[in-house]
Amino acid sequence: MNDVDYEPPYLHPDYRSTELRAPKHEPVRLPDEWFHDAPGPVFGRIPVRDEDADLTRQHRGEPLGERIIITGRVLDSDAQPVRKTLVEVWQANAAGRYVDSADDHAAPLDPNFTGAGRALTDQDGFYRFVTVKPGAYPWRNHLNAWRPAHVHFSLFGPSLASRLVTQMYFPGDPLIPLDPILSSIPDPRGRELLIARLDLDTTVPEWALGYRWDIVLRGSRATPTEA
Amino acid sequence: MTAPTPSQTVGPFFGFALPFANDAKASAGESPDAIRVEGQVLDGTGDPVGDALIEASQGDQFARCRTDGEGAFHFTVRKPVVSNGAPYLNITVFARGLLRHLHTRMYFPDEDGANRVDRVLALVDESRRHTLIARRDGAILRFDVRLQGEGETVFFAL
Repeated sequence: MNDVDYEPPYLHPDYRSTELRAPKHEPVRLPDEWFHDAPGPVFGRIPVRDEDADLTRQHRGEPLGERIIITGRVLDSDAQPVRKTLVEVWQANAAGRYVDSADDHAAPLDPNFTGAGRALTDQDGFYRFVTVKPGAYPWRNHLNAWRPAHVHFSLFGPSLASRLVTQMYFPGDPLIPLDPILSSIPDPRGRELLIARLDLDTTVPEWALGYRWDIVLRGSRATPTEA
Repeated sequence: MTAPTPSQTVGPFFGFALPFANDAKASAGESPDAIRVEGQVLDGTGDPVGDALIEASQGDQFARCRTDGEGAFHFTVRKPVVSNGAPYLNITVFARGLLRHLHTRMYFPDEDGANRVDRVLALVDESRRHTLIARRDGAILRFDVRLQGEGETVFFAL
């Protein structure tokens, strides 16, 4: 197991939706060797096209908002690159509205933005997406609750234990300390791991700001992943 | 070792992004021994969880299904062939309100002998073991996921 663990608990009453959904029983712990090395799901049926990595080129015109690049490396807990693994992202548009039919926030949809992307990491574990910066949006967790701007990430990695769904936040966002979802991570060092940094090396001058966000998946076995 | 990136909830708004064509069919192509599995995700008051995502996997099979307004999901799989122990599917549950996803397993009801000696089922308190075994319901199997409370599904820590 890992020396440090920053995972959030299942029950976090400040995030109200956890109250009826967090299991009451402790999970049954399986011996490491039974499960840890078990190969993860084969995600090869999930289609990944080149254009899926550029969320600004999925429609006739360009989406409104601040064009950004998000890139980083996917590593295992020995800091080795996780190659050819699937990264899925989804997000609100620049106005803070999701295309999803369940989102009823009174902000405009953008006909040129869906907000969903997919990419495989390269030989060095790098992924890269071009998108627009998502807007903050209100939610009904408590009075005057607003989510900080964030991009959802889903990753597979080589094993069942390496599966990760999480959210990436933007540096300097004043909503970050107010967010019950990010604050569910008890240790502030763990919260920091979810905040990207502005990266001038990723930034393309006169075109798009770049953000760098590395991701570490659970487990240290460098088993090859099915692509 | 480097600390793993912490988990966050899948949220309520993934339905436009994570589903894909034929995602509930665990393998490409037709298979005569394919079985349809149907189930419902329920919360601590027994209400349906209409914004969950279920993934089922084993070997070369992988299926993904978002629950509908009734909390219902379905997928089609072949019963996996295993070298020892009882056949099972890995089931992963994501939902709004789950800050981390949950791992469970679905075992098959017509494998009584193998289920009785399975070493993972043996780790589970006998009174809760039934939550891991699907029920035969005509031509399909039923496998419900109760996140909390009465009949809470057994989840595993990996």
